[in-house]
Formats: sequence, structure tokens, C-alpha cells
Amino acid sequence: MTTARSRRGLRRTMTDALTGHAYLLGAVLCFAVFSWYPMVREFVMSFQRTRRGVTTWVGWQNYIRLWHDPSFPAAWRNTATFTVLALLFGYALPFLVAILLNELRHAQGFLRALVYLPVMLPPASALFLFKYAYDPSRAGIFNYLLHALHLPTSQWTQSTTMAIPSLVIASTWMNMGAAILIYLAALQNIPGELYEAAELDGAGVLRRIWTVTVPQTRLILSLMFLLQVVATMQLFIEPLILAGGAGVEDSTTSVVYLMYQHAFRQNDLNGAAALGVMLLVVLAGFSAVYVRLSPKQDEG
Amino acid sequence: MSGQHYRTVGALALAATVALSLAACGSGGDKSGSASSGKTTIVIDCPPLKTDNDGKSLAQWNADVAAFQKLHPDITVKSISVGSQCNNPPDFTARLQGGTQADVFYGYMTDLNQVLDAGQAEDITSYVNSSTVPYWDSLLPSAKAVFTDQGKLYALPYSAYTMGLVIDKNLFRQAGLDPTKPPTTWQEVATDAKKIAALGNGIAGYSDYSAGNTGGWHFTAELYSRGGQMVSDDGKSAAFNNDMGQSVLRTLHDMRFTDNSMGTKQLLQWPDLLTNAAAGKVGMYIGAPDSITAIVKTFHGKFSDWAMGPMPGDNGPAKATLGGGNGYFFKKGLTPAQIRAGVAWVNYEELTPGVGQFNYAAQKAMGLPVGLPQPQIWVPGSAVWKTDDELKRANTNLDLNDYAPFVNNPVAIKTEPPQAQAVYAVLDASMSAALTQSGANISGLLKTAESKVNTLLVAGK
Repeated sequence: MTTARSRRGLRRTMTDALTGHAYLLGAVLCFAVFSWYPMVREFVMSFQRTRRGVTTWVGWQNYIRLWHDPSFPAAWRNTATFTVLALLFGYALPFLVAILLNELRHAQGFLRALVYLPVMLPPASALFLFKYAYDPSRAGIFNYLLHALHLPTSQWTQSTTMAIPSLVIASTWMNMGAAILIYLAALQNIPGELYEAAELDGAGVLRRIWTVTVPQTRLILSLMFLLQVVATMQLFIEPLILAGGAGVEDSTTSVVYLMYQHAFRQNDLNGAAALGVMLLVVLAGFSAVYVRLSPKQDEG
Repeated sequence: MSGQHYRTVGALALAATVALSLAACGSGGDKSGSASSGKTTIVIDCPPLKTDNDGKSLAQWNADVAAFQKLHPDITVKSISVGSQCNNPPDFTARLQGGTQADVFYGYMTDLNQVLDAGQAEDITSYVNSSTVPYWDSLLPSAKAVFTDQGKLYALPYSAYTMGLVIDKNLFRQAGLDPTKPPTTWQEVATDAKKIAALGNGIAGYSDYSAGNTGGWHFTAELYSRGGQMVSDDGKSAAFNNDMGQSVLRTLHDMRFTDNSMGTKQLLQWPDLLTNAAAGKVGMYIGAPDSITAIVKTFHGKFSDWAMGPMPGDNGPAKATLGGGNGYFFKKGLTPAQIRAGVAWVNYEELTPGVGQFNYAAQKAMGLPVGLPQPQIWVPGSAVWKTDDELKRANTNLDLNDYAPFVNNPVAIKTEPPQAQAVYAVLDASMSAALTQSGANISGLLKTAESKVNTLLVAGK
């Protein structure tokens, strides 16, 4: 009797395990085929070279060659500048807008839809709109407005100094809506009593934000920071559409654009793979350090 | 059946579906080739776009396919579009690397190396001779040479071009210039461009590319016209960082910033410039005669607006003009029957007088320009060249005098540099800086480009 029960128990456990693993299989296969295998393949390719259909091992040669590519420092510098600026605007601004929206008593739904609208526009379409807006003559809306206000106009993406800020403006406009909605969801989960208590203690608006809002949304803020760094470091479509890729004198060449250049314009897939591995190492390193330093959920 | 069992069966079914889907993806699907019916199927790319010439060009292509299949009942031709220009370099490379190109695929004369590096071209030497391609002996030897590697032929050339100066006759007349006498030196181009730009209304007297590899392409053409070369004779180092290279950039820079004759909007690529040209906003640009066909076919301009002069030179006639062209490669792994079918199709559509690209009566009926001096693939003076010329003249809808300065002043042809697309990408940066930075350091730009190209050339060995 006991043996039969234990056998049934064992069979049940095995069936449960089988069911669990079967459900998992789809996800694992998808990750394996579309994420892990390409990563391994990229790593292998970064140490190879293919000529006339014949692939050979070349050790670190692709990495050394890229290191000496004159566009290499510019690509990392531009990517870092874009990331910092995009974080300043694309990270802080949506949080402030979300706080403002959260404070509103009227038309919140309408405004929420309004700020989310740009996200619904396909990125390429949005960027083509910006391309017209950045026209360096007065035909561009930005220069038209600046001129109307008697302010100096700009060459925007044609300028070596304004090119990256131009990309940041477009990118922030395109992506802000999604971040705002995420922040808003986090803000709406903060218990109202906390604000009431703060108000009773005489805390002003800024104090309430600092002592209630920020600590209560710390986890989501921390996660969004990581996601935004990883996303902005992969800058590509903005320079491709707004500045023809490299821009003027490599002013908009990003690491991913340089990768694209090597892979699809210079027929150098191995060099592109080496660059991809470098970016992977940098982002993985940053993520590991960041996660280690970030507060855990149960930490104050 | 208990809920537990349903879950188990559901999970297993899900897993099986995923596994089968992946297996299906990996199977590579249906390989074209000889079908069980005994027919040979080939997939050809680069038909006209649906939007080209309001669909009339595609209808004509389809009619050609039907006529060809009637002549060759054992062959089925399937066409797939690969977008505008047929060879946007990044897409082309991606298709090559993925092995997803058509069986018979379009490529530039500069593409042989990358096609061979990707291991994607079939040697067609033994399939091409005067019985399979009757006018093979009259094809330009230079066009055959660029598709040949170590004595093996990898593509059938069918079009060749050289660059000249394309001018908008209307804008010339409005600016008080004589369109029958296009400028022949770069100094004259600058002078005329200034007069045309003075018309205002956003008109550029002269326009040029500076992005998407096209900037480097035109830098090369303008350097050749001055007698320069992109790489040393041994192909090991860059050879443009000199007075001639500086002259190219300085002329453009002066036109842009001193004369203000090139407009403010730069970083132009192929469609940008031709869109502006079709809209009557460009007085002059350098290009091949077939760019006028593109203006009509793709950008809805009028061919009667245009004329051509020879490539401008430095202080006199140009020393050389950039030549290029295209052909059809044959994908690695095709069966002999497919290669034979592909050769037959390319011969029919692209290398037969009066048919396909040489069906001038159909082109005239579609409102396309007929009588342009190029593209040209035949050896001048050969019998087929004469036949083609007669057909062209019989159907022309152009005033051939508009092209007399181009035709009557032939310039020596110089081919594209090794690793052309990669080199062009580098020179885009120099062109874009010269055209957008009023204080551009011309010698510094060329020094940087030289260093990049040297790196490329070393890496390419």
C-alpha cells in the first residue's frame, strides 16, 4: 500500500517535472536559437576571417585592426556622449513628467494618451519627421522657430557640435512616453497615507518627492536606469536616418553604426563581430557592477 | 482525463509544435530548381519596382518573362524585387551573408570580391560562349574583365556607364546660360553654378552627394577627372591625399560657402539628389546618362529638361572619367540546368537587340527617354553596336543634340578602386565635412581619410 502510494507520488512528481520542462522547452529553444547561438557564433567569428569562402583563425587580429580604425575612438566617444545626454533627458525628464501627471486631478487619461502617442509612431517615421524638422535652412521647423524668435539658427545634424544633441532630442521625444507610463504605474502604487503623513509633518512638494516618491520608486528607477543605459549604448537608427550614418566627420558614428559599417558596407563581418563582442563585454560589465551596487528589494 | 493530464498533453503539444516549427525553419524550405514536371525554375532579382513609371515598366518585364517562357517552355522564371537600385550595398551584403540572394542576382562591377569572399558565386565560364550568348564577342572586354577572377567568369555583364556632367536645360536658360555649351572645367562649373543659384527659390547651381557611400563615389569621379587616383598602382596604399584630392574638396567647399551655390542641405544620398533634380531644384550634377532615366522612371521628372556634357576637367578636358556598371551573378550551388536557364534569360532580357533593355519601341511607348548615349555594353563599331544604335535612333524621343557634347568628347575610362564601397564610405566623411563646415580643414580631412583607407587596404589583403 505504502509502496503503491509512493510510486504514485513519484509518478506525479515526474509528470509535474515533465510538464514544467515541456513548457520551458519553447522558451529555451527560442533563446538558444535566436539569442545564445548568435552570441556564441559572434564570439567565434570575432577570431576568424573569411576570404574566398574559406574561414581561418586569426586570433586577436580583428580586435587589433578595429583598435586602429580611426573611427573607433569617435564611435565610443559619441556613444558615451549620447548615453549621458540621453540619460539626463530621457531618464530624469520622464520621471518629472510622470510626477506632474500623477499630481493632476483632471484630464489625466487624455494627457497620458497624449504623451504616449509618439511611442506608437514607428521609429523610422518619427525620425523622418525630425529629418525635415532639422533642415538647416529655414525650411526646417526648428530653424524657422529660432529665426522667428530672433535666435541664432543651427545646422543641427550637419554640425559637429549639435549632431549628438539633435539625436538626443529626437530619441527622447520618441521614447519618453513609454518611460512615463512605467513611472506613472510605479507612482500610483505608492500608498496615499505616506504622502498624508509627510504633509502632516509639514513636508513641501519637493520634500515629499525626495522623502516619499523617490524611495518608493527606487527599484523601478534603478531598473529603468540599467535598461536605458543598455538601450542608449546601442544607438543606431537615429544616426542612420538623421545624419546618413556617420554624420559630418564621424560626429554621429556610434559603436553599433560602426559595426554596421564593417558588416554591411565594408564586407567585414568578422570585424563587426569583434566590435559586437567588445560592446557586449562593456555592457555586461556595467550591468554586473550596477546590479551588485544596486539596492535590493528588502534593503531600506 | 484529469486537469493534470490536460496540462501535460498541452505542454507536450506546445513543445512538439515549437520543435517542429524550428525544424521547418531549418529545412530551408523549397529549393528552386528542376521540379518534378521536368521544368527548370530560376529566381531572378531586379525587376522594375511596382511604383516605377506607374507600373508600366514592371508590366513590360512580366510580358518579357511570358515571351521568354513561351520560347523556352522548359524554363520557369520567377522574379523577386530587391528594392530601388537593385543593389543597396548593405542589403546586398546582408543577402550574400545570409545566402538569401536570388538564383541569378544583380550586382555592381565592384561586387565581385565580396561575392567571392562570401563564397556565393558560381563559375559560369563554361556556360557562356557565342552559342549561348550570340553577341558575347561584341561585349566590352573591360566589362567582362571586372567580372572575371583568375580566368573564371562569375557574372554576365549587361550595362556599363561613364560619368559626365548632367545639366538642367531650363535652369541654364533662365540663368542666361547656353545649355548647348555645358561647362567643361570645374572653374566653369563653379561660375555657372553661381549664376544658376542666383535664381533663388531654393535652387542649387550644382549639387553633390556626401552620405551613404555616394559621397566617396563622387569624390573618386572628381579626382579621376583631375588625373588623380584613389590608390597606388600596387593597390597597397591610398593615393588621394595630394593637391588633386585637395582641389576636389576645395572646389566643392568654395561653391558651398564662398559662392553659396550648392544649397544648405547636404548629406545627400542618391535618391535625395535625384528627387531635388526631378523637382527642378538642381542646375548641374555629375552622373551617368541612366540617372536621367531614373529621374523619369522613379522620381517622376521630365527627360526633356536634361542635357549632358563631358566630365569637367581641371584646366581643360577631364583626364579620366569613372566607369562602372552591373551584371548578373549566378548563385553558388545552382544546377547546370539552372545556370543554362539563367544565361538564356539574361541573354534574352539584357543582351538581345530589340528585346528587354533594348526594346526601345516599348520604352518610348512608356514615356521613358530613348536615345541616351548609355548604358552601353557593346564594343563601339561592332555589328551589334550598329544595330542597337539604329534601333535607338529610330525610336528616340530626345533631341540628340542635347547629348552631343557628351558623346563627341569622349574621356578615358577609369574603373573603380579596390574595395570600392569601403573606400567610398571613408571618403563620405571628407565630402560631408567639406560641404557642411565653413572652416573645414581640407588637408586634415584627407589625411584622416588616407589613414583610414590605408587601414582598409592592409586589412583587405
